[in-house]
Order: sequence, then structure tokens, then C-alpha cells
Amino acid sequence: MALQIVESCVNCWACVDVCPSEAISPGTAYFRISAHKCTECDGDYAEQQCASICPIEGAILLADGSPANPAGSLTGIPPERLAEAMRTIQAR
Amino acid sequence: MELNVLGQSEAGPTAGGGCSAGSCGSSDDQLAHLPEHIREKVHNHPCYSEEAHHYFARMHVAVAPACNIQCHYCNRKYDCANESRPGVVSELLEPVQAVKKVKAVAATIPQMTVLGIAGPGDPLANPQRTFETFRMLSEQAPDIKLCVSTNGLALPDCVDELAKHNIDHVTITINCVDPDIGAEIYPWIYWNNKRIRGRKAAKILIERQQKGLEMLVERGILVKVNSVLIPGVNDEHLKEVSRIVKAKGAFLHNVMPLIAEAEHGTFYGVMGQRSPEPEELQDLQDACAGDMNMMRHCRQCRADAVGLLGEDRGDEFTLDKIESMDVDYEAAMVKRAAIHAAIKEELDERAAKKARLATPSAAQLTGTVDKGHRPVLMAVATSGGGLVNQHFGHAREFLVYEASPAGVRFIGHRKVEQYCVGNDSCGDKESALSGSIRALKGCEAVLCSKIGFEPWGELEAAGIQPNGEHAMEPIEEAVLAVYQEMIANGRLDASVGAAEQCLMA
Repeated sequence: MALQIVESCVNCWACVDVCPSEAISPGTAYFRISAHKCTECDGDYAEQQCASICPIEGAILLADGSPANPAGSLTGIPPERLAEAMRTIQAR
Repeated sequence: MELNVLGQSEAGPTAGGGCSAGSCGSSDDQLAHLPEHIREKVHNHPCYSEEAHHYFARMHVAVAPACNIQCHYCNRKYDCANESRPGVVSELLEPVQAVKKVKAVAATIPQMTVLGIAGPGDPLANPQRTFETFRMLSEQAPDIKLCVSTNGLALPDCVDELAKHNIDHVTITINCVDPDIGAEIYPWIYWNNKRIRGRKAAKILIERQQKGLEMLVERGILVKVNSVLIPGVNDEHLKEVSRIVKAKGAFLHNVMPLIAEAEHGTFYGVMGQRSPEPEELQDLQDACAGDMNMMRHCRQCRADAVGLLGEDRGDEFTLDKIESMDVDYEAAMVKRAAIHAAIKEELDERAAKKARLATPSAAQLTGTVDKGHRPVLMAVATSGGGLVNQHFGHAREFLVYEASPAGVRFIGHRKVEQYCVGNDSCGDKESALSGSIRALKGCEAVLCSKIGFEPWGELEAAGIQPNGEHAMEPIEEAVLAVYQEMIANGRLDASVGAAEQCLMA
């Protein structure tokens, strides 16, 4: 099984440097994870490294196709609290 | 045609009207208290010395794309040619390409003294690419100063490597020393192979920044601290940051305004966090200045900027263009050394002149400037060299100076932004001119080499007096002269300023 990068990738290279399996390389439009090299970091790290450094919500999919970093997980603001957070920030 | 200018009195500028600025807390004097060996290191560094930035140029090479933290004012989608702000680049470079570009720029723009690596991610989160670039440059272009800018997370691990490459300037971005405030700025960090969030993440980042700062200072590496002023988040807190980093040995503090436009796609931009007003920035810089050197000439440039601060000649040095440039760097170094020596001679002459004039100028100042007069902000159009030498209509930015009975001091720069040209929400097409006038908010005069008839009238109507009388004069002397003219004309006698009068009208 392997993780997968999708088109919202911004080509920032961060995942390439931290992958223990050298499974990630630049593609034509965005980075790609080699399905046969990716080990999901099993045996190397407790957390999948590419998913732990990726700055874009939804850009990396887990083996089951769900986003490794779903909406709100990287901003720290879950969608249901977005409007409230916006009001607080705009009152500054 | 005859245009009415400020100060048609007899009291024009005289040699004695020269700068009190040398002794009034601005520009070069900003660094005057520093030990000689530090001044020697920064005298030709445009990002560290306000005086140097009129003469010397810098460049950044974008070899460091990856980042190990997220800041709420940064969007990691950085490929944009039309924006000028930190973290934005057009073309990512391999270290070999970066070295080629640096040599091409250094040969073409001999005033270029400094090469920085500042992103678009964090240079120290890309140690291989960053240090390979430094290693090649220190071998192949030894006349270029190397510096690096970092968020600090990886800094303690890199200090020895930095020292090895003879990097004597490091900038750390420190926005807070309190993890609760940090949690509002940094949603996560990547640390020890894990993503860590919230207060815990901010605490680690702060500890690493402070440790890195201490380690650099121990090794005699100069540290500048950058802070982003975020209204309602760290504005009051930055005074404490300033005190602490100074106590630990940072030699310069650069407080920059938050840039948060929704179209940049940053968290703050999208969420509607506001940027500070110029007055808020100035007040905070003044409040911190009691504690340490404040830098006020930062232009928050792109991670691939090329040229004098405030200009970007990156377009002349794209990969395909440098490919066809045949650079003889040995010959370039000879030319560069001659040009640097000539600039140094000019700076030394200016310094000597100021020293000669210091006493009579102070005497003259106290003679003509009543201590009771209020300070006045003036904008200056300049294309470099420390002179009033740019046409008003060509200025993409203005330098702002404050004249007061204490003398003349540099306050900051204002970009001319035409951010609502012809858009739907403002109803009327906004001209470049009204963009300039808005940029000059709070200023009572604008000094330039020339100015057209139309802007003259509109500036006057906005309470800003245009002045083309001091073309090609040194900026501080010209500002002081205009201030003296304003006093002589009784313009400062009223209790409210011209701009305020205009607003009240």
C-alpha cells in the first residue's frame, strides 16, 4: 500500500527530503509517490513523514483514499468553527 | 510655468544646514554605538545599514523551497511573478544554477555586495541545498558576503555549519517569546519526525529560536531579529521581544508590518486579519527603539529579489538569460573592488563632512528651530545614492523622514500601491496619482527632483506640499532645509498640521 499526492500539491519539496524510502520525486505538474517504493514509513517512523510535513490540506491521500490532512487540520480551525474564528480575527 | 514651492523665503539651505542627522539618531548613526569590528561588517550591507542601502545592492537565491513550520501569514504556493513579499519566487534554482546566477549578477551589478538565502521556505530546513550553495560561493566568489534568514527551528543544529562557511550575518524571525501568543501565529511545526500543533509547537519553536540566537552570539556571528507586527496578536508583546533579543545580543531589530491580502491566500489574508497602519508600525518601532537599534528601511523583499532594496531586477537574470552570459569572474572582482572602494570613499567623505559641520549645524539648528515646533513627516522620491533625485511620477515608493527640533530621522518607506485600480467596489477608476497620495498619508511635504502640474495641484489639495527645489541634494540636508523653511513661513505655528486641517475642511 502507498500514499498518493494529488494536484493540490504546491511542489514545495518538503516531503522529498523527509521520505525514508526515497519514494517521492518531482513530476510534470506536481510531486509523485512511487507506489512500489512507499512503505507508509512502516518500520521507520510512527507517523507518515510526507503527511507530517505537507503544508496543504488534502494534498496527500492515505492508502484508503482519505486525506491525510483533512480540512481544518492544518489551520487548527475545524470547518464548524470557521465563522466564529473569522469574527474573532476580524475584531482585532 | 511658475509653481509655488515651499519655503520661498531667503532662508534657503546653506552648508551649515547640513545634517544634524549625523548626530540625531538616524541612518548611519543608528549603527554608531556598535563596536568597530561590527560596523566594519555591516558598512556595505544594505539590509543592515540604512546608509548602505542607498548604495549597495543585495540578491536572494531561491534554493530552499521546503519549510518545517507553518506561519499564518505565509502561503506555501509561492510561484508568482507579480508579487513582492517574502516567500514569493518565480523560479526555483539548483545550487549550481544559483551560483551561476550570483556570479552573473555580481558582474553586471558591481554594487551587489550581499547574497542571502531566504527561502522561499526555510533555508535551514533545506540544509543540503543551502550549504552546497554557500560552499561553492565562498570558493568561487569570495568577495560576496553570505547571509541567511531562518525561522530558527533548525538553527541550533546548523550553527557550526554556518560558522564553517564564514557566514557572519544571520536573521532570525522571532514573532513572540510567549507560547500562547505563538499558538495564534504558528498552527504547527514539523519536529523530530512528527507534526506538533498549537501551544506545544510554539513553545518548542520559541526555545529553539532563543537557543539559536544565544549560540550565534557566542560564536561572534551577527544576528538581526525580524518580527512581523500582527495587530491584536503580538503588537504589545513585541516590546518584550525587543528587550529580550537585545539582552541576548541581537544587534538589530526589524519590525515589519504584516502583509495580509485575501488574494495572497494566506490564513490571515483569507480570515480578514488586518495589517497595521503606518502610524502603528512607527509607534511600535519608536517604543522599541529605546531598547535597541531599530531597522526601518526593510522592503520585505521576495526570496529571489535582485538589486538595490526597493528595486527588483530579477527579470534580467532568469535561467535562460544567465545561460547565455559568459562571466569572467576574476575580471569582475577587479572591477567590483574598484567600485566598492569608490563608494566607500564617497561615504567616508560624507561622514567627514558631517563631522565638520556637526557643531555649527547644531548651533544653527538651535538658533533657527524653536524647541516648541512640532515634528513634521516628509516623503522623498529617490532612486538611490542618498539624494533627492527621482521624478514624483516615477516613484514606486517614497522614503519617509521626520524633521523635528531634535533633527532629521529616517522613519520608513511607503510603497505606492494601486490596489483598487478600476475595480468594481470603489466605483471610480483610481489613478496612479491617488495611489501615491494615499501612500503619503500623514506627510506634509514631498521632495522630488521634478513633478508635473496635475499632481502638484492634487497633492496641495490633499495637504501635502510638493517641493522640487532640492533636486540632487542629500536627503537629510534637504529635509532639514524644508523644515526650516516651514518654520520661517509660520506653517508650524498653528496647533494642527496641514494634513489634519485638510481632513477637517
